[in-house]
Amino acid sequence: MTREAKAPSPLAAALRRLEEIVRALESEETDLDQALALFEEGVGLLKDARSRVEVADLRVQRVLEDAAGDLKVSDLDA
Amino acid sequence: MNPRALDSAWTVAEVVGALKTAVESCLGQIWVKGEVTELKVYQSGHWYFTLRDADAQIRCVMWKTYAQRLKARPVDGTEVYLLARPSLWEERADLRLSAVSLLPTSGVGLQQLALERTREALTRDGLFDAARKRSLPPFPRSVVVITSLEGAALHDMTNVARRRWPALRLYVIGSAVQGEQAEPELLRALALVNRMEVDVCILGRGGGSREDLGAFNLESVCRAIAAVRVPVIAAIGHETDVSFADLVADLRAPTPSAAMELAVPDRRELLDRMAALSSRLAGGLSRRTRLLRERLYRAEDRLRHRMEGRVAADRERVGRLGAQLDALSPLRVLGRGYAVPRGGDGRVLRRREEFARGLGFSLRVSDGDVNARVESA
Repeated sequence: MTREAKAPSPLAAALRRLEEIVRALESEETDLDQALALFEEGVGLLKDARSRVEVADLRVQRVLEDAAGDLKVSDLDA
Repeated sequence: MNPRALDSAWTVAEVVGALKTAVESCLGQIWVKGEVTELKVYQSGHWYFTLRDADAQIRCVMWKTYAQRLKARPVDGTEVYLLARPSLWEERADLRLSAVSLLPTSGVGLQQLALERTREALTRDGLFDAARKRSLPPFPRSVVVITSLEGAALHDMTNVARRRWPALRLYVIGSAVQGEQAEPELLRALALVNRMEVDVCILGRGGGSREDLGAFNLESVCRAIAAVRVPVIAAIGHETDVSFADLVADLRAPTPSAAMELAVPDRRELLDRMAALSSRLAGGLSRRTRLLRERLYRAEDRLRHRMEGRVAADRERVGRLGAQLDALSPLRVLGRGYAVPRGGDGRVLRRREEFARGLGFSLRVSDGDVNARVESA
């Protein structure tokens, strides 16, 4: 059975990059210019990640196969 | 019965036809108890076997339509109740029982047998292997749930998803989870999943009796679960009674709600983690600038210190040289009472013969010159 690895979600990628940035910022080797650029990147990533987590209300949909074999999706009140 | 005359003799077909009618109407559908032997399954899917007891035996047939409803094929020697009606195969006037159902007299025995066969087949094909198990994505965008639309399970799962991860798109495919319809509906639902773009599939029993795991022990259902392209979490059995479907799935949960908790992260935990990252980010930068500022201050201090040191050293050197100069100064000697005689031309007079009688000269003493004259040489 082949198990293809899916591309990581944007959120997972953002969090991984954030950890990297924080570690770099906390290290003595980063110079100020670099640190500033990393900080800006980090702030952007955080903003994006927050917006992904804080989005709207849960959407629940029912999936059916119609007579023609097509997928039909309809909202479900649950 | 009317013994006909010779010119109206019966044909074989007529005899057999009459017998068939008699045989097939005399008993109707009945339960027969006996032992199954010489069971043969033909390519067509029909079963042929003999049912016997200590005193007699009779050939039996079970057509594919009925045979495939049975969970397992009885092994030779199994004692069964056979629901059948007598019939006659006209071509050969073969008498046999045409069976529509079969129940082992020890019902548990046959069910056990079916389970064992399924277990063997699934084990052989590696469906229980730990290496097959996929890990769940940390932040799924969409989850599909296969469950009964009637039970409380769906409601529970929706609540968990709403509380933990409202960014989720939750798809639901309704399916019977027990009874006759469970197998075809589960197979259809699992096939549907493979046509969707989802990250995780949850198979939750939800509703129904806790004892009836039947559909989830079927080989067909287990194979369909293994064929799902995304990780599957099963919440079917319970602590003491695990179904094969639970074992084939990538992950097993005790309840449908627990399955949803495994499937989605907790938003609050993640927001906390992001807050921590945010403060480390700010802290990292300010620490960076503070370090830099401190380094600047240190450099400035060192520079200042160096400069001050340099000036002091110069000053000291000047003082020392001054003292040296001072010590060497002739004025210093004059101070001790010596005097320097000098002629009119300013030359220092050092010897007796330079002092002729009547010579005017000057004497340099510590605080000035004195005019003098030689009276006698």
